[in-house]
Amino acid sequence: MNVIVCVKQIPDPAQVGSLDPTDNTLKREGKLILDESDSYGVEMALQLVDTAGGGEVGLVSMAPNDEMSGLRTALAMGAAKAVLVSDAELAGSDALTTAKVLAAAASRLGDIDLIIAGTESSDGYTGTVPEQIAEVLGLPSITFAKSVAIDGGTLRVNRQTEAGYDEVTCPLPAVVSVTAGVVEPRYPSFKGIMAAKSKPVEKVTATDLGVTPVGWAGAGQQIVEVAAAPEREAGEIVEDDGDAHLKIVEFLDKLKVI
Amino acid sequence: MSWELAEEHEAFRQVVRDFAEKELGPHVARWDEEHHFPVEAVQAMGDLGLFGIVFPEEWGGGGGDFASLCVAIEEIGRVDQSMGITLSAGVGLGANPIYRFGTDDQRSRWLPDLVAGRALGAFGLTEPDGGSDAGATRSTARPDGDDWVINGSKAFITNSGTPITSVVTVTARTDDGISAFVVEAGTTGLIVEPPYRKMGWHASDTHGLTLDDCRVPDANRLGELGSGFRNFLTILDDGRVAISALALGCARACLEQSVAYANERQAFGGPIGRFQGVSFALADVAVAVENARNLTYKAAWLKDQGRPIGTAAAMAKLYSTEAAVHATRVATQVFGGAGFIDETPVSRFYRDAKILELGEGTSEIQRIVIARALGLPQD
Repeated sequence: MNVIVCVKQIPDPAQVGSLDPTDNTLKREGKLILDESDSYGVEMALQLVDTAGGGEVGLVSMAPNDEMSGLRTALAMGAAKAVLVSDAELAGSDALTTAKVLAAAASRLGDIDLIIAGTESSDGYTGTVPEQIAEVLGLPSITFAKSVAIDGGTLRVNRQTEAGYDEVTCPLPAVVSVTAGVVEPRYPSFKGIMAAKSKPVEKVTATDLGVTPVGWAGAGQQIVEVAAAPEREAGEIVEDDGDAHLKIVEFLDKLKVI
Repeated sequence: MSWELAEEHEAFRQVVRDFAEKELGPHVARWDEEHHFPVEAVQAMGDLGLFGIVFPEEWGGGGGDFASLCVAIEEIGRVDQSMGITLSAGVGLGANPIYRFGTDDQRSRWLPDLVAGRALGAFGLTEPDGGSDAGATRSTARPDGDDWVINGSKAFITNSGTPITSVVTVTARTDDGISAFVVEAGTTGLIVEPPYRKMGWHASDTHGLTLDDCRVPDANRLGELGSGFRNFLTILDDGRVAISALALGCARACLEQSVAYANERQAFGGPIGRFQGVSFALADVAVAVENARNLTYKAAWLKDQGRPIGTAAAMAKLYSTEAAVHATRVATQVFGGAGFIDETPVSRFYRDAKILELGEGTSEIQRIVIARALGLPQD
């Protein structure tokens, strides 16, 4: 059972981010960390391989400046190897280009039974890359998985819906996007961290993968304007003169939540 | 020359910090209040590999360096001093003597569980009548056939009475001097006294021990007869660096929390951090933290280079622990009345810090070690 996980390395959300004023993209200089929403995918992949009793977890990531800190975290958790696509030409790539790059990178890791991705990244939030990877590779795609099981050559997924979940199956190989909180990601152990530095990471460029054009040249989108989110308005304060409960009920009724 | 830890050290630091904040942080105040020793938390630290960092992989360890252990103790201690000392003592006093002085038979019997954090070991050196004067050990071990029969008392023994304590290594006087024996938990004649009522380290496990005709086979003798005192002095050197790391975690926590509070707390029309009475005191603590960090990791580096660390360990332990006590005084002063109630962590750090100046050699003992290295005449 060989599982590939798409992992994004993002600026630390605990630090205040900033946009590049020339092209309105998020500045991604310096150290990047493993997107927490991808740590669930890594954990799920490790569990699936463990349950299968063989195989390994491979990683694909696209990041500027040969950045590997986030990849090392995923390798420390237990992934076996990685392909890192790092190329100045990739700056400005849209979701579809990213999907083409990651799909090509995944193909370098040998036979694939399953590709796992988070439903969306915590910095870009386009939420479309997993399905695009499936399309590029001609594989079935299941989204919003809250649990994943392998049954022979079949992928069984409980797919999160607004009302609950659907039970969905498809043949392997396939691409599945997993929701946050689906499993409890493990902490990398000391041994895992020490082992991670010697695990193979293949560095490639978009040209190596044969994906062109990329970056702004290949993007079907541009960011024309960025506006600050409106300030949150102050809430309504209800003074309790003995009838506060009625006012709260009225307020909730107005919101149509009761 | 470099002043930076390796990239792997920093990656490991981040993991231990996340673990400590998420898995220990929410519970620390309750453990302190209830004097509760959290077995599950200790074993989670074991799963993270913290108890095995410095031991070779053949015994289940991580094959890492001493600096990595210091990183772990510092980060755990930054959130909970009790779990920091549990880790420090579990590695340095529990597993380390068996690894350093044990035979392969003894290592294979006891080390794997200690290294994995499934079990804890303790080290019974201190006696009610002899703390710093460890050479004055009164406990005795007399041979009886293939066994040794041990009698005596031990005081202030960390990790000696937890539900997962597997062994206590005790020193006792034999015909050849001071020797060491591994006593397994539950051995007849090993009496674990009720836990002490302590000023701090409430979630750490500390007991007095009584050895009453406690019989162990010669297979449990650790090292050559008469080598116990010499061996344990080297163990204590490592332990002093570990305590220095623990003190560094304490001082850092106090500095970080005081700076945050001084930015938030409003008085006389603004945050109190704008007053030099506060800001200068915190500037001094920042210098002390930096010094403690440099002394701690310099000593750890010397150890990892295989160089002598006696004086460096004493200097680090002396400076860092006194810096920690000072930092807790400043922090509780910055917090004012809020620093005196147990709802604020600085109150707990204040109570936890004092022991740092006492355990693993008092500040006075460290000064003796340093003075001796200066070539001054000894008494």
